[in-house]
Amino acid sequence: MSNTAVTAPASPPAVDLVNVQVNGVWHKFPKGTRMIEACRQVGALVPHYCYHPKLTSPGNCRMCLVEMGMPPRPTPGQEPEKDEFGMPKIGWMPRPVIACANTVAEGQGIRTEGKLSEEVRKGVMELLLINHPLDCPICDQAGECRLQEFSVEHGNGESRFREEKVKKPKNVDIGPRIRLDDERCIMCSRCIRFTAEIADDPVLGFTERGSYTTLAVHPGKRLENNYSLNTVDICPVGALTSNDFRFQMRVWFLKETKSLCTKCGRGCNIEISSRQNEVYRQTPRENNDVNSTWMCDQGRLDFHFVNSDYRLTQPLVKKSNGHHPTTWKLAVNQVSDALRSVKASEIAVIASGRMTNEELYLTHALVKSAGIENYDVVPRTGGGDDYLRADDQNPNSNGVRAIWGAEPGAKLPKIIEGINSGAIKVVLALGENLVKAGLEKAALEKLTFLASSHILANATAELSHVVLPAASYAEKRGSMINVTGRLQRLSKAVNSPGEARDDWEILRDIILAYAGSNGIHSVEDVFKRMAGDVEIFSGLTLARIGELGVQVMETGEKVPLLERERERKAKGIIVG
Amino acid sequence: MGSFLDSINLAFIIAAAVKIVFFSFMVILPMVAYSVYAERRVSAIIQDRVGPNRTGIPLTLFGGKKDIALAGLIQPLADGLKFFLKEDFTPAHVKKFYYWLAPALVMVPAMMTAAVVPFGSELDLSWLAKLGVEGAWLHKPIKAVIADLNVGPLYIFAIASLGVYGIVLAGWSSNSKYPFLGGVRSTSQMISYEIALGLSIIPVLMIFGDLNLSKIAQYQDKNGWLLLPLWGEGLTLKRLVLWIPVFISFVIFVVAMFAETNRAPFDLPECETELVAGYHTEYSSMKFALFFMGEYAAMIIGSGLAVTLFLGGWSIPFGAPLGLGYVEGATPIWLGLLHIGCFLAKVVCFIIFFIWVRWTLPRFRYDQLMKLGWLVMFELALANVILTAALMVWLPN
Amino acid sequence: MATVVVQRPKLKWHEKWFISTLAKGLLITLGHAIAILRGKKKVTMQYPEEKWDAHLPDHYRGAPALVTDEHGRERCVSCQLCEFICPPRAITIIPEEIPSTDPWAKVEKRPRLFNIDMIRCIYCGMCEEVCPEQAIFLRKDYAITGLSRAEMVHDKKRLYEIGGVREGLVNKWNDLK
Repeated sequence: MSNTAVTAPASPPAVDLVNVQVNGVWHKFPKGTRMIEACRQVGALVPHYCYHPKLTSPGNCRMCLVEMGMPPRPTPGQEPEKDEFGMPKIGWMPRPVIACANTVAEGQGIRTEGKLSEEVRKGVMELLLINHPLDCPICDQAGECRLQEFSVEHGNGESRFREEKVKKPKNVDIGPRIRLDDERCIMCSRCIRFTAEIADDPVLGFTERGSYTTLAVHPGKRLENNYSLNTVDICPVGALTSNDFRFQMRVWFLKETKSLCTKCGRGCNIEISSRQNEVYRQTPRENNDVNSTWMCDQGRLDFHFVNSDYRLTQPLVKKSNGHHPTTWKLAVNQVSDALRSVKASEIAVIASGRMTNEELYLTHALVKSAGIENYDVVPRTGGGDDYLRADDQNPNSNGVRAIWGAEPGAKLPKIIEGINSGAIKVVLALGENLVKAGLEKAALEKLTFLASSHILANATAELSHVVLPAASYAEKRGSMINVTGRLQRLSKAVNSPGEARDDWEILRDIILAYAGSNGIHSVEDVFKRMAGDVEIFSGLTLARIGELGVQVMETGEKVPLLERERERKAKGIIVG
Repeated sequence: MGSFLDSINLAFIIAAAVKIVFFSFMVILPMVAYSVYAERRVSAIIQDRVGPNRTGIPLTLFGGKKDIALAGLIQPLADGLKFFLKEDFTPAHVKKFYYWLAPALVMVPAMMTAAVVPFGSELDLSWLAKLGVEGAWLHKPIKAVIADLNVGPLYIFAIASLGVYGIVLAGWSSNSKYPFLGGVRSTSQMISYEIALGLSIIPVLMIFGDLNLSKIAQYQDKNGWLLLPLWGEGLTLKRLVLWIPVFISFVIFVVAMFAETNRAPFDLPECETELVAGYHTEYSSMKFALFFMGEYAAMIIGSGLAVTLFLGGWSIPFGAPLGLGYVEGATPIWLGLLHIGCFLAKVVCFIIFFIWVRWTLPRFRYDQLMKLGWLVMFELALANVILTAALMVWLPN
Repeated sequence: MATVVVQRPKLKWHEKWFISTLAKGLLITLGHAIAILRGKKKVTMQYPEEKWDAHLPDHYRGAPALVTDEHGRERCVSCQLCEFICPPRAITIIPEEIPSTDPWAKVEKRPRLFNIDMIRCIYCGMCEEVCPEQAIFLRKDYAITGLSRAEMVHDKKRLYEIGGVREGLVNKWNDLK
């Protein structure tokens, strides 16, 4: 294995390039590139199970076998033979090599197609399928299973195996969120390597030998770390499945939407899988500047509230006998009337660090036009770890800093004091449960007017005079700035239930009712205004942010997991 | 005033009213309904099917064990009921007044022409006196024709050609392309064939020398039908030779009548393959039913006219030689009724022939239709008039 | 040139002017009418009284139904392939895990809800063809009627009722573990 450093993050040094022939065409690759990556870069996909660019390459699945050749060493005085491109003629090896753990070399030839490669793949597939159960109808992996895909592409089509299949444990409970089916396992060891190399929780391993090899959890231990569900993602077959997603929906029905996780300030890039307005799962999406290809279990499973029965679906007004549904127009007018009814100093706006930049911008526009001084977001900290989770639990604290020019939580104690003392009479709470933010119920009951927008019914909504139903992160578009200062984009995966609206629409309507027309019709319009007002957004549009986001701030915050990954990549342990 | 009231023959008016009610509502309209049923049954048996054979008395609705099917004879009733229950939809884009007028303009002329067709010889009502009914009118037999007009065929042509207004108005007022095309087609078709129709009966009228349809029927009763001159004067050389132009007239008359009534193979105004449903595409419910009934009523009256002119009207074949002929003022009531039955039987045969033709022949192409009308029928009818005239002049009486 | 010159039949004058052709046509239709009237020919079947049931071919495609096998196991494992393949999207399935107390717990998965909307079903038989578990079959029932839309949705219970027990199928789950 080559130890040459390929790239360094700061200033890449000049890289040596080598000539490699892939399927008859000569290409140039940096020295030290793995053969499998070289093939991938020129569009010759090599099937593989055990190889994963973020993990070490043990080369144990043998699926990536390709035909390889080198120019023969000429005898002294002999000129090397040249082909029609003027390159040395390749002497092909009689046996295949694995493409995942070998690096390219000058004058090397690789053939991913051809009789030898095809025959070995067929052979490997046949061996892998010998003991594989015919589980596909009940297997959650069916539809995104590498074994199924390669069986179709490279397999034999029928089994020659007439003996009894080896029986292994099925439906094994190895952790709170993971189920193991050993019969389906093809011993690629990706999960073992992930737990050992990335999650630092090496609880998985192989027992027995030969065709009885069994993946097992260490006696007395369980796979229960906060990153365990990543093993389900990287498992090429259905051996490891998520308890949460188990038997919920077949993957071929799911529509995937590229979006963001809003559980913490990291802003991991995710794909939201939904069908018919229901979210079924979230999986990480590769972004080497944010989350590599991983995410924590907490964030991954934090979507069930989107489908919750406690969702608010209609604007409500409080009457003597409880809350009653009303229309958006009446509810919004009531809020703007309440804002007009008292002095600006008697009003407080408590927004949320979970709001998008667009929503924060409109909140700012509202407080500015009303002259309100008491406005802040509720800060949330704690829970950060040495991997991906950030200490800041609000996904958009940096958005507050950038757009409001204020530190989250700076004015909050003063506002709470004002509410408790009765100096503040009207409160607009946007997406925050004030009862949990340090306010007494009794103090909130004293307010002359409390309006709040929420996703779910909660204690603050219970006390509010006007309740405005809002959209969850999976139901809206917008942008957020994560803890490392990266501007990223949320996408809409499902429709909001009932009459619930995006926060920015609610705010736009309140501003409309309070201060008159503002010419904002779409979330793009909000971003356009914001790009004009906020310097770091200048020149950007929602579309230009792209799927991977752009760096707009320097916060100096590092991602521990990414740092280690870069280090390993620099050492050549992984491809990265 | 008194003298005017006296001049009104009350008995005549009552008799006319009774005849109108009897003939149009108890004969023509049921016949219309049952021609539709016949159309469906006959077309079915021609096409190896069964046709409507189930609509009968729905005893199961009233707790009975089994419905009585009656071979589907209640079907016209069900059809009528369905028409009444359908939504009477008037599209927003139509010319309302003409749109509503058009169906009536199709139905009314068809019914009006029925006035001059003699549907029987005469009915002797003197037997009513035995039942205790008093009155001088009882002793004068009632003629079985609503209006004993002296210009019968002319009246029929005059009124029947009004029917085209209904179709043209329907096509135009619907304000939509298919009805419009259907209306235009219908106009030119009906005008084209009216000429042949008119010319075709001139030889017949020349032979009869009369325009009173009752007298024409009486003449044929006595002297053999025009197409069956086998008794009375019919056996003279002149009549036998004149059979040839009469037959030509008959053929032209029947073909032209098919075209006039928009029946297949001349049903281009409502040609489904090209025009959806032609002039009545935009009509629904009873308004559509009026078009439908108008077509069949026209067919029945046309058959009646053809029967009266060529096939002896109400006369019984070989009636005079067999003693079943009409004798003015001395026809017993049973014979009068027999004559009515004979007339209806002939008309029914004619209608069945209409249906048979419809389910046999494919529709003409429009150019073929026009060619046939103008290049064949018209010339043939004209030549036939001259031929008849020549024969009548040259042949001895 | 790819023009094909079609030879039109040469018509005699009486054919051209519809005289003989008309008679010929009228005779053909008359022949059919007479054959039917004399009862020599019978094409139509009087449906509710006469039925074709005895003559239904083996490949007849009637209402789709779920079957149980000779061990009383519901064969459907809720793989949802039929839901996926169904051209009119008549099938709705919600899967569930078989509780560990169930004798067939080793099969792991079964449908909690299995609805076939018979108003949508087009009797194409794709569900039977795609089923990897031999669980859904098109039966010969064809008179599927109901008084409401809800009645026309066959639920799991009704589907097993129609399907009944089917023997001699492949029992791959039996030799598990």
